[in-house]
Amino acid sequence: MSVSTEELARPGVGGGLAEVFRTRFLLKLLVRKELKVRYRGSVLGLLWSYVKPGVQFIVFYIALGVFLGLENSPRNPNGLPNYAIYLFSGIVLINFFTEALGNASRSIVHNGGLIKKIYLPRELFPVASVWVSAVHFFPQLVILVAACVFAGWHPSVFQLAAAVGGFAIVGLLATGLGLLFGAVNVYFRDSENFVDMLLMVATWASPVMYAWTMVADKLGQFWFTVYQFNPITVGVESFHFAFWLPTTDGSTPLPPNLLQFWMPVALLVSAGVLLVGQATFRRLEGRFAQEL
Amino acid sequence: MPTAIEVKNINKQFVLRHTRSIKEAIVWLVKGRKGDLSEKFHALHDVSLEIDQGEAVALLGFNGSGKSTLLKHISGVMVPDSGTVRTRGRVAGLIEVGAGFHHDLSGRDNVYLNGAILGMTEEQINERFDSIVEFAEIGKFIDTEVKFYSSGMYLRLAFSVAVHTDPEVFLVDEILAVGDEPFQKKCIEKIQELAAEGKTLVVVSHDLDLVSRICDRGILLERGNITFDGPIEQAVATLRA
Repeated sequence: MSVSTEELARPGVGGGLAEVFRTRFLLKLLVRKELKVRYRGSVLGLLWSYVKPGVQFIVFYIALGVFLGLENSPRNPNGLPNYAIYLFSGIVLINFFTEALGNASRSIVHNGGLIKKIYLPRELFPVASVWVSAVHFFPQLVILVAACVFAGWHPSVFQLAAAVGGFAIVGLLATGLGLLFGAVNVYFRDSENFVDMLLMVATWASPVMYAWTMVADKLGQFWFTVYQFNPITVGVESFHFAFWLPTTDGSTPLPPNLLQFWMPVALLVSAGVLLVGQATFRRLEGRFAQEL
Repeated sequence: MPTAIEVKNINKQFVLRHTRSIKEAIVWLVKGRKGDLSEKFHALHDVSLEIDQGEAVALLGFNGSGKSTLLKHISGVMVPDSGTVRTRGRVAGLIEVGAGFHHDLSGRDNVYLNGAILGMTEEQINERFDSIVEFAEIGKFIDTEVKFYSSGMYLRLAFSVAVHTDPEVFLVDEILAVGDEPFQKKCIEKIQELAAEGKTLVVVSHDLDLVSRICDRGILLERGNITFDGPIEQAVATLRA
């Protein structure tokens, strides 16, 4: 006879993200499942994670760097030196954000069959989406580092730490927004379309393709400050600082106060978004099972 | 015996939403909220019940009477609009077995994934893995992707994972009709064995003969209300009348 000594407890009341940490074994399996299933039946398999950003990079580099003249050359002295690396270091981060948020926003509806039948911490699904994207980010990072080394990369420990910080900022932001839009998507399927639009804007609302100085020149001080409140802008700039700057002669200036002021601000903004996302998620999750 | 499940005055209303886009909601607001945007449906009406540890209880009623909804409240999938549900110990469901299965993964991966979904730890799954495979009679197919399984194999494996989760409270929803005759018998024997071990069982089934064999208490639901709660024979007789 097994008599439980535990207290009576209310089922279905989750502990939020802390609960995800407690069920990390399940999180690991969900991530592994996604990775296994993603490229099933394809010949190239995981190689697609290299091929897709590679092609994207070539297209952007030719269109923007060569045709629109962002690359520095003898005929174009105002261009950016090593534009290829400048571009790619931003693209990998934006790709991570796009994939993470896009999949996280769809994750609850996508896993509706399970959520309707079995209770488990539902935060697992958006978190797993972000995690999977982080795994896909890794091969791109390898390519980026290889290109950097080829271009004479000599980073300092401090610069590498900045890249880790930038990645954390973007990861937190994607998780927070993913929880928010993933939960809202259960009630209004408009949410995922809104996210698609947001992601399109996000690519251009941070200095991925162009230099921040162009924005500062056109917008003026006030609007440029607003522009910098976007955590992705700070994330991308930190990647430029870590990967692109050490391959140049270092004469191109960073946005003022990037590390001392804007990095902490971006971390706070991302953490704030995460809190709001988590709070919204917990308010809405009680009715997931009946709305899906 | 201490209480395993305590349900106190729970109410549940479902909103039968007619619209699912912001556009339609705005049009409705602009038109001066004409017509009902949503229609409500009372699925559970002030339901209270207590189930002691070691009891085997059947929830009976016709389709749409609220049995599965009640079960979902006990498992925590749904939260009541008012009232409280409390449970003691780990609750696991044999609810639509295979809900957590993924077609493109092998049987082995699915055992781990589904086991973890049902709340098992890594060590527990490792320890019970052989027993799970043996009970499911899957044998060498364990490393084959489950999409190549026959429907019987699929259900056997899913059921096997579920019965190996070893929770304090077992919720069983309409899954006793799995597999062929011999396996069905094996499942029923397993469930009876669990009941004999003193596990709490809550069974939803339309197979009245079967539930009378497994359970000793029957609760009758009708349109979200409890209309009878007592010995299983009487409950079945009332439903059949």
